[in-house]
Amino acid sequence: MTVPLTLLGLLEREPSHGYDLKRDYDAFFGRDKPLSFGQVYSTLSRLARDGKVVISDPEAGAGPDRKRYVITDSGATEVDTWLTQPVAPEPHLQTVLFAKVTLSLLLDRPAEQYLDTQRAAHMQRMRELTTVKRTGSLVDSLLADHALFHIEADLRWIDLTAARLDALAQEVRR
Amino acid sequence: MTIVLEARDVHYSFGRTPALRGADLRLAEGEILAVMGPSGSGKSTLLHCLAGILVPGSGEIHFDGRRIDRLGETGRSALRRDRFGFVFQFGQLVPELSAEENVALPLLLSGVRRSKAAAEARLWLARLGLDGLERRTSGELSGGQAQRVALARGLVARPRVLFADEPTGALDSLTGEQVMDLLVGTAREEGTAVVLVTHEPRVAAYADREVVVRDGKVLALTAEPVS
Repeated sequence: MTVPLTLLGLLEREPSHGYDLKRDYDAFFGRDKPLSFGQVYSTLSRLARDGKVVISDPEAGAGPDRKRYVITDSGATEVDTWLTQPVAPEPHLQTVLFAKVTLSLLLDRPAEQYLDTQRAAHMQRMRELTTVKRTGSLVDSLLADHALFHIEADLRWIDLTAARLDALAQEVRR
Repeated sequence: MTIVLEARDVHYSFGRTPALRGADLRLAEGEILAVMGPSGSGKSTLLHCLAGILVPGSGEIHFDGRRIDRLGETGRSALRRDRFGFVFQFGQLVPELSAEENVALPLLLSGVRRSKAAAEARLWLARLGLDGLERRTSGELSGGQAQRVALARGLVARPRVLFADEPTGALDSLTGEQVMDLLVGTAREEGTAVVLVTHEPRVAAYADREVVVRDGKVLALTAEPVS
Protein backbone atom coordinates (compact mmCIF):
# COMPACT_ATOMS: atom_id res chain seq x y z
CA MET A 1 0.00 0.00 0.00
CA THR A 2 1.34 3.39 -0.97
CA VAL A 3 0.71 5.44 2.14
CA PRO A 4 1.38 8.98 0.79
CA LEU A 5 -0.84 8.52 -2.25
CA THR A 6 -3.59 6.94 -0.21
CA LEU A 7 -3.57 9.80 2.30
CA LEU A 8 -3.63 12.24 -0.60
CA GLY A 9 -6.62 10.38 -2.04
CA LEU A 10 -8.44 10.61 1.28
CA LEU A 11 -7.74 14.35 1.33
CA GLU A 12 -9.29 14.75 -2.09
CA ARG A 13 -12.70 14.00 -0.57
CA GLU A 14 -12.38 16.95 1.79
CA PRO A 15 -9.76 18.74 3.85
CA SER A 16 -9.03 16.81 7.00
CA HIS A 17 -7.08 16.63 10.26
CA GLY A 18 -4.30 14.13 10.84
CA TYR A 19 -6.33 12.24 13.41
CA ASP A 20 -9.30 11.78 11.04
CA LEU A 21 -6.99 10.72 8.21
CA LYS A 22 -5.45 8.02 10.38
CA ARG A 23 -8.89 6.79 11.43
CA ASP A 24 -10.12 6.53 7.82
CA TYR A 25 -6.89 4.96 6.59
CA ASP A 26 -6.98 2.29 9.31
CA ALA A 27 -10.66 1.54 8.67
CA PHE A 28 -10.19 0.84 4.96
CA PHE A 29 -6.55 0.07 4.31
CA GLY A 30 -4.74 -0.58 7.58
CA ARG A 31 -6.64 -3.47 9.10
CA ASP A 32 -3.56 -5.65 9.36
CA LYS A 33 -1.16 -2.76 9.86
CA PRO A 34 -2.58 0.49 11.26
CA LEU A 35 -0.58 3.67 10.72
CA SER A 36 1.21 5.23 13.66
CA PHE A 37 0.49 8.90 14.32
CA GLY A 38 4.18 9.58 13.72
CA GLN A 39 3.93 8.05 10.26
CA VAL A 40 0.82 10.09 9.45
CA TYR A 41 2.35 13.42 10.43
CA SER A 42 5.75 12.74 8.87
CA THR A 43 4.02 11.76 5.60
CA LEU A 44 1.83 14.89 5.70
CA SER A 45 4.93 17.03 6.31
CA ARG A 46 6.64 15.55 3.25
CA LEU A 47 3.52 16.07 1.16
CA ALA A 48 3.42 19.71 2.32
CA ARG A 49 7.12 20.15 1.53
CA ASP A 50 6.51 18.77 -2.00
CA GLY A 51 3.55 21.06 -2.57
CA LYS A 52 0.92 18.30 -2.65
CA VAL A 53 -0.94 19.62 0.39
CA VAL A 54 -1.12 22.90 2.25
CA ILE A 55 -1.97 23.49 5.87
CA SER A 56 -4.99 25.72 6.28
CA ASP A 57 -5.27 28.24 9.08
CA PRO A 58 -5.74 26.57 12.48
CA GLU A 59 -9.30 26.61 13.71
CA ALA A 60 -10.10 29.05 16.49
CA GLY A 61 -9.63 27.52 19.92
CA ALA A 62 -8.15 24.37 18.41
CA GLY A 63 -5.45 22.42 20.18
CA PRO A 64 -2.09 21.36 18.75
CA ASP A 65 -3.64 18.61 16.62
CA ARG A 66 -6.08 20.85 14.82
CA LYS A 67 -4.06 21.56 11.70
CA ARG A 68 -6.23 21.00 8.68
CA TYR A 69 -4.63 19.62 5.53
CA VAL A 70 -5.91 20.61 2.09
CA ILE A 71 -4.89 18.93 -1.18
CA THR A 72 -3.36 21.19 -3.86
CA ASP A 73 -3.94 21.00 -7.63
CA SER A 74 -0.59 19.28 -7.97
CA GLY A 75 -1.62 16.72 -5.33
CA ALA A 76 -4.97 16.12 -7.03
CA THR A 77 -3.21 15.55 -10.39
CA GLU A 78 -0.93 13.00 -8.76
CA VAL A 79 -3.90 11.12 -7.26
CA ASP A 80 -5.68 11.18 -10.62
CA THR A 81 -2.63 9.76 -12.40
CA TRP A 82 -2.16 7.08 -9.77
CA LEU A 83 -5.79 5.96 -9.85
CA THR A 84 -5.98 5.72 -13.62
CA GLN A 85 -2.68 3.95 -14.31
CA PRO A 86 -2.58 0.14 -14.12
CA VAL A 87 -0.29 -1.52 -11.63
CA ALA A 88 2.48 -3.49 -13.34
CA PRO A 89 1.64 -7.19 -13.08
CA GLU A 90 4.45 -8.73 -11.07
CA PRO A 91 5.78 -11.90 -12.63
CA HIS A 92 7.17 -13.39 -9.38
CA LEU A 93 9.38 -15.61 -11.49
CA GLN A 94 11.76 -16.43 -8.65
CA THR A 95 9.51 -17.25 -5.77
CA VAL A 96 10.50 -18.74 -2.46
CA LEU A 97 8.32 -21.74 -3.30
CA PHE A 98 10.20 -22.32 -6.54
CA ALA A 99 13.56 -21.99 -4.78
CA LYS A 100 12.58 -24.50 -2.09
CA VAL A 101 11.35 -27.08 -4.58
CA THR A 102 14.36 -26.75 -6.86
CA LEU A 103 16.85 -26.88 -3.99
CA SER A 104 15.09 -29.90 -2.51
CA LEU A 105 15.47 -31.72 -5.82
CA LEU A 106 19.11 -30.67 -6.19
CA LEU A 107 19.82 -31.93 -2.66
CA ASP A 108 17.84 -35.16 -3.10
CA ARG A 109 15.42 -34.11 -0.41
CA PRO A 110 11.69 -34.97 -0.45
CA ALA A 111 10.29 -32.15 -2.58
CA GLU A 112 6.83 -33.72 -2.75
CA GLN A 113 6.63 -33.78 1.04
CA TYR A 114 7.54 -30.09 1.13
CA LEU A 115 4.81 -29.31 -1.41
CA ASP A 116 2.26 -31.24 0.68
CA THR A 117 3.27 -29.32 3.81
CA GLN A 118 3.03 -26.05 1.92
CA ARG A 119 -0.37 -27.03 0.52
CA ALA A 120 -1.66 -27.72 4.05
CA ALA A 121 -0.38 -24.31 5.25
CA HIS A 122 -2.03 -22.57 2.29
CA MET A 123 -5.33 -24.38 2.91
CA GLN A 124 -5.21 -23.44 6.61
CA ARG A 125 -4.83 -19.77 5.68
CA MET A 126 -7.66 -20.09 3.15
CA ARG A 127 -9.93 -21.51 5.88
CA GLU A 128 -9.11 -18.55 8.14
CA LEU A 129 -9.82 -16.07 5.34
CA THR A 130 -13.06 -17.86 4.46
CA THR A 131 -14.20 -17.44 8.06
CA VAL A 132 -13.40 -13.71 7.78
CA LYS A 133 -15.47 -13.59 4.58
CA ARG A 134 -18.43 -15.33 6.19
CA THR A 135 -18.47 -13.27 9.35
CA GLY A 136 -16.99 -9.87 8.43
CA SER A 137 -18.18 -6.75 6.65
CA LEU A 138 -18.14 -6.34 2.86
CA VAL A 139 -14.80 -4.52 3.13
CA ASP A 140 -13.35 -7.44 5.13
CA SER A 141 -14.81 -9.84 2.60
CA LEU A 142 -13.27 -8.08 -0.41
CA LEU A 143 -9.86 -7.93 1.27
CA ALA A 144 -10.12 -11.62 2.14
CA ASP A 145 -11.14 -12.39 -1.46
CA HIS A 146 -8.03 -10.71 -2.81
CA ALA A 147 -5.83 -12.79 -0.52
CA LEU A 148 -7.81 -15.97 -1.30
CA PHE A 149 -7.34 -15.60 -5.06
CA HIS A 150 -3.60 -15.10 -4.64
CA ILE A 151 -3.24 -18.10 -2.35
CA GLU A 152 -5.33 -20.14 -4.76
CA ALA A 153 -2.94 -19.20 -7.57
CA ASP A 154 -0.07 -20.53 -5.45
CA LEU A 155 -2.00 -23.73 -4.84
CA ARG A 156 -2.55 -24.25 -8.56
CA TRP A 157 1.17 -23.83 -9.05
CA ILE A 158 1.83 -26.33 -6.24
CA ASP A 159 -0.49 -28.88 -7.88
CA LEU A 160 1.08 -28.42 -11.29
CA THR A 161 4.60 -28.64 -9.87
CA ALA A 162 3.73 -31.77 -7.87
CA ALA A 163 2.50 -33.38 -11.09
CA ARG A 164 5.76 -32.46 -12.88
CA LEU A 165 8.25 -33.20 -10.11
CA ASP A 166 9.89 -36.15 -11.87
CA ALA A 167 10.49 -34.15 -15.02
CA LEU A 168 11.74 -31.17 -13.03
CA ALA A 169 14.11 -33.40 -11.08
CA GLN A 170 15.61 -34.72 -14.32
CA GLU A 171 16.08 -31.20 -15.65
CA VAL A 172 17.71 -29.66 -12.58
CA ARG A 173 20.00 -32.64 -11.96
CA ARG A 174 21.36 -32.64 -15.48
CA MET B 1 -15.21 -37.12 19.30
CA THR B 2 -17.51 -39.72 17.74
CA ILE B 3 -16.57 -41.09 14.34
CA VAL B 4 -19.68 -41.32 12.19
CA LEU B 5 -18.20 -42.71 8.98
CA GLU B 6 -14.98 -44.59 8.33
CA ALA B 7 -13.27 -46.26 5.37
CA ARG B 8 -10.62 -48.88 6.13
CA ASP B 9 -8.21 -50.05 3.43
CA VAL B 10 -10.81 -49.68 0.70
CA HIS B 11 -10.02 -50.94 -2.79
CA TYR B 12 -12.22 -50.47 -5.83
CA SER B 13 -11.56 -51.11 -9.52
CA PHE B 14 -13.43 -50.31 -12.70
CA GLY B 15 -12.78 -53.51 -14.59
CA ARG B 16 -9.01 -53.89 -14.48
CA THR B 17 -8.38 -50.24 -13.73
CA PRO B 18 -7.88 -49.60 -10.01
CA ALA B 19 -9.50 -46.40 -8.70
CA LEU B 20 -8.96 -46.88 -4.95
CA ARG B 21 -5.90 -48.73 -3.61
CA GLY B 22 -6.21 -48.89 0.13
CA ALA B 23 -8.12 -45.72 1.01
CA ASP B 24 -8.53 -44.86 4.70
CA LEU B 25 -10.71 -42.02 5.95
CA ARG B 26 -12.50 -41.00 9.14
CA LEU B 27 -15.30 -38.48 9.45
CA ALA B 28 -16.29 -37.13 12.86
CA GLU B 29 -19.84 -36.30 13.87
CA GLY B 30 -20.81 -32.88 12.51
CA GLU B 31 -17.46 -32.48 10.74
CA ILE B 32 -17.20 -30.86 7.32
CA LEU B 33 -14.47 -32.65 5.39
CA ALA B 34 -13.22 -31.65 1.95
CA VAL B 35 -11.96 -34.44 -0.31
CA MET B 36 -9.63 -32.96 -2.89
CA GLY B 37 -7.54 -34.30 -5.72
CA PRO B 38 -7.02 -34.02 -9.45
CA SER B 39 -9.44 -35.44 -12.00
CA GLY B 40 -9.32 -39.22 -12.04
CA SER B 41 -7.65 -39.48 -8.63
CA GLY B 42 -10.54 -41.52 -7.21
CA LYS B 43 -12.25 -38.91 -5.03
CA SER B 44 -15.75 -39.42 -6.47
CA THR B 45 -15.29 -43.20 -6.30
CA LEU B 46 -14.39 -42.81 -2.64
CA LEU B 47 -17.56 -40.76 -2.05
CA HIS B 48 -19.66 -43.41 -3.79
CA CYS B 49 -18.13 -46.16 -1.64
CA LEU B 50 -18.64 -44.15 1.56
CA ALA B 51 -22.27 -43.47 0.61
CA GLY B 52 -23.10 -47.09 -0.17
CA ILE B 53 -23.60 -46.40 -3.87
CA LEU B 54 -20.65 -48.62 -4.80
CA VAL B 55 -19.52 -51.70 -2.90
CA PRO B 56 -15.73 -51.86 -2.40
CA GLY B 57 -13.85 -54.80 -3.89
CA SER B 58 -12.16 -55.16 -0.52
CA GLY B 59 -11.88 -53.18 2.70
CA GLU B 60 -14.54 -51.95 5.09
CA ILE B 61 -16.98 -49.04 5.36
CA HIS B 62 -18.39 -48.33 8.83
CA PHE B 63 -21.32 -46.00 9.51
CA ASP B 64 -22.22 -45.33 13.14
CA GLY B 65 -20.12 -48.33 14.11
CA ARG B 66 -21.89 -50.69 11.72
CA ARG B 67 -20.32 -52.23 8.61
CA ILE B 68 -22.34 -51.09 5.61
CA ASP B 69 -20.26 -52.65 2.85
CA ARG B 70 -21.79 -56.01 3.77
CA LEU B 71 -25.37 -54.76 3.38
CA GLY B 72 -27.35 -55.81 0.34
CA GLU B 73 -28.77 -53.32 -2.14
CA THR B 74 -32.01 -53.00 -0.15
CA GLY B 75 -30.19 -52.19 3.08
CA ARG B 76 -27.87 -49.70 1.40
CA SER B 77 -30.79 -48.11 -0.40
CA ALA B 78 -32.62 -47.61 2.90
CA LEU B 79 -29.47 -46.12 4.40
CA ARG B 80 -29.08 -43.67 1.52
CA ARG B 81 -32.74 -42.69 1.81
CA ASP B 82 -32.95 -42.32 5.60
CA ARG B 83 -29.48 -41.40 6.88
CA PHE B 84 -27.63 -39.80 3.98
CA GLY B 85 -28.30 -36.72 1.87
CA PHE B 86 -26.84 -35.92 -1.54
CA VAL B 87 -26.02 -32.83 -3.57
CA PHE B 88 -24.39 -33.27 -6.96
CA GLN B 89 -23.07 -30.94 -9.63
CA PHE B 90 -25.69 -31.37 -12.34
CA GLY B 91 -29.24 -32.34 -13.07
CA GLN B 92 -30.27 -33.81 -9.78
CA LEU B 93 -33.76 -32.28 -9.71
CA VAL B 94 -36.64 -34.21 -11.23
CA PRO B 95 -37.59 -31.87 -14.11
CA GLU B 96 -41.31 -32.68 -14.09
CA LEU B 97 -41.69 -31.85 -10.39
CA SER B 98 -41.93 -28.44 -8.74
CA ALA B 99 -39.28 -27.21 -6.31
CA GLU B 100 -41.57 -28.10 -3.41
CA GLU B 101 -42.25 -31.61 -4.75
CA ASN B 102 -38.53 -32.18 -5.35
CA VAL B 103 -37.71 -31.26 -1.75
CA ALA B 104 -40.60 -33.33 -0.37
CA LEU B 105 -39.49 -36.41 -2.32
CA PRO B 106 -37.11 -37.96 0.26
CA LEU B 107 -39.77 -37.62 2.96
CA LEU B 108 -42.46 -39.20 0.76
CA LEU B 109 -40.13 -42.10 -0.03
CA SER B 110 -39.65 -42.58 3.72
CA GLY B 111 -43.41 -42.83 4.23
CA VAL B 112 -44.13 -39.34 5.56
CA ARG B 113 -47.69 -38.12 4.83
CA ARG B 114 -47.96 -35.93 1.74
CA SER B 115 -49.29 -32.83 3.55
CA LYS B 116 -46.60 -33.05 6.23
CA ALA B 117 -43.85 -33.60 3.64
CA ALA B 118 -45.06 -30.59 1.63
CA ALA B 119 -45.14 -28.39 4.74
CA GLU B 120 -41.63 -29.46 5.69
CA ALA B 121 -40.44 -28.81 2.13
CA ARG B 122 -41.86 -25.28 2.21
CA LEU B 123 -40.05 -24.61 5.49
CA TRP B 124 -36.75 -25.72 3.97
CA LEU B 125 -37.26 -23.68 0.82
CA ALA B 126 -37.93 -20.61 2.96
CA ARG B 127 -34.87 -21.37 5.06
CA LEU B 128 -32.73 -21.33 1.93
CA GLY B 129 -34.24 -18.07 0.69
CA LEU B 130 -36.50 -19.65 -1.93
CA ASP B 131 -39.96 -18.67 -0.69
CA GLY B 132 -42.21 -17.77 -3.59
CA LEU B 133 -40.51 -20.29 -5.90
CA GLU B 134 -42.24 -23.42 -4.56
CA ARG B 135 -44.26 -24.07 -7.74
CA ARG B 136 -41.43 -23.59 -10.20
CA THR B 137 -39.88 -26.53 -12.01
CA SER B 138 -36.11 -26.84 -12.43
CA GLY B 139 -36.33 -25.29 -15.92
CA GLU B 140 -37.81 -22.16 -14.38
CA LEU B 141 -35.03 -21.75 -11.82
CA SER B 142 -31.56 -20.21 -12.16
CA GLY B 143 -28.55 -22.47 -11.59
CA GLY B 144 -28.04 -21.12 -8.08
CA GLN B 145 -31.72 -21.48 -7.19
CA ALA B 146 -31.80 -25.05 -8.52
CA GLN B 147 -28.73 -25.92 -6.45
CA ARG B 148 -30.36 -24.46 -3.33
CA VAL B 149 -33.43 -26.60 -4.01
CA ALA B 150 -31.10 -29.60 -4.31
CA LEU B 151 -29.50 -28.62 -1.00
CA ALA B 152 -32.92 -28.38 0.65
CA ARG B 153 -33.73 -31.83 -0.71
CA GLY B 154 -30.42 -33.18 0.56
CA LEU B 155 -31.09 -31.94 4.08
CA VAL B 156 -34.88 -32.24 4.43
CA ALA B 157 -34.73 -35.74 5.94
CA ARG B 158 -32.17 -34.47 8.48
CA PRO B 159 -29.41 -36.90 7.40
CA ARG B 160 -26.43 -37.81 9.55
CA VAL B 161 -24.12 -37.27 6.57
CA LEU B 162 -24.51 -35.04 3.53
CA PHE B 163 -22.47 -36.05 0.47
CA ALA B 164 -21.74 -33.14 -1.85
CA ASP B 165 -19.90 -33.88 -5.11
CA GLU B 166 -18.62 -30.66 -6.75
CA PRO B 167 -21.75 -28.82 -5.55
CA THR B 168 -20.64 -25.50 -7.04
CA GLY B 169 -18.98 -26.89 -10.17
CA ALA B 170 -21.65 -25.53 -12.52
CA LEU B 171 -22.05 -22.13 -10.83
CA ASP B 172 -20.26 -18.80 -11.17
CA SER B 173 -18.02 -17.69 -8.27
CA LEU B 174 -20.51 -15.48 -6.45
CA THR B 175 -23.44 -17.92 -6.75
CA GLY B 176 -21.13 -20.75 -5.74
CA GLU B 177 -20.15 -18.87 -2.60
CA GLN B 178 -23.79 -18.26 -1.71
CA VAL B 179 -24.52 -21.98 -2.09
CA MET B 180 -21.47 -22.90 0.03
CA ASP B 181 -22.47 -20.39 2.71
CA LEU B 182 -25.91 -21.99 2.91
CA LEU B 183 -24.55 -25.54 2.74
CA VAL B 184 -22.06 -25.01 5.55
CA GLY B 185 -24.41 -22.83 7.62
CA THR B 186 -27.35 -25.23 7.53
CA ALA B 187 -25.20 -28.34 7.99
CA ARG B 188 -23.68 -26.79 11.12
CA GLU B 189 -27.10 -25.80 12.47
CA GLU B 190 -28.37 -29.33 11.90
CA GLY B 191 -25.20 -31.05 13.16
CA THR B 192 -24.93 -32.86 9.85
CA ALA B 193 -21.49 -34.13 8.85
CA VAL B 194 -20.49 -33.32 5.27
CA VAL B 195 -18.22 -35.08 2.78
CA LEU B 196 -17.45 -32.37 0.25
CA VAL B 197 -15.72 -33.56 -2.92
CA THR B 198 -14.14 -30.69 -4.82
CA HIS B 199 -11.07 -29.80 -6.83
CA GLU B 200 -11.47 -26.10 -6.00
CA PRO B 201 -9.41 -24.84 -3.03
CA ARG B 202 -11.84 -21.93 -2.47
CA VAL B 203 -14.68 -24.42 -1.98
CA ALA B 204 -12.57 -26.75 0.17
CA ALA B 205 -11.71 -23.80 2.41
CA TYR B 206 -15.29 -23.88 3.75
CA ALA B 207 -14.53 -27.27 5.35
CA ASP B 208 -12.99 -27.96 8.76
CA ARG B 209 -10.11 -29.86 7.15
CA GLU B 210 -9.21 -31.48 3.88
CA VAL B 211 -7.76 -34.73 2.63
CA VAL B 212 -6.18 -35.30 -0.76
CA VAL B 213 -6.84 -38.43 -2.84
CA ARG B 214 -3.74 -39.32 -4.78
CA ASP B 215 -3.25 -42.52 -6.74
CA GLY B 216 -6.27 -44.08 -5.05
CA LYS B 217 -5.03 -43.41 -1.50
CA VAL B 218 -6.08 -40.76 0.99
CA LEU B 219 -3.51 -38.34 2.35
CA ALA B 220 -4.57 -36.52 5.50
CA LEU B 221 -2.43 -33.36 5.49
CA THR B 222 -4.05 -31.88 8.58
CA ALA B 223 -4.75 -33.55 11.91
CA GLU B 224 -7.57 -36.09 11.96
CA PRO B 225 -10.35 -35.77 14.54
CA VAL B 226 -9.50 -37.33 17.90
CA SER B 227 -11.78 -40.27 18.67
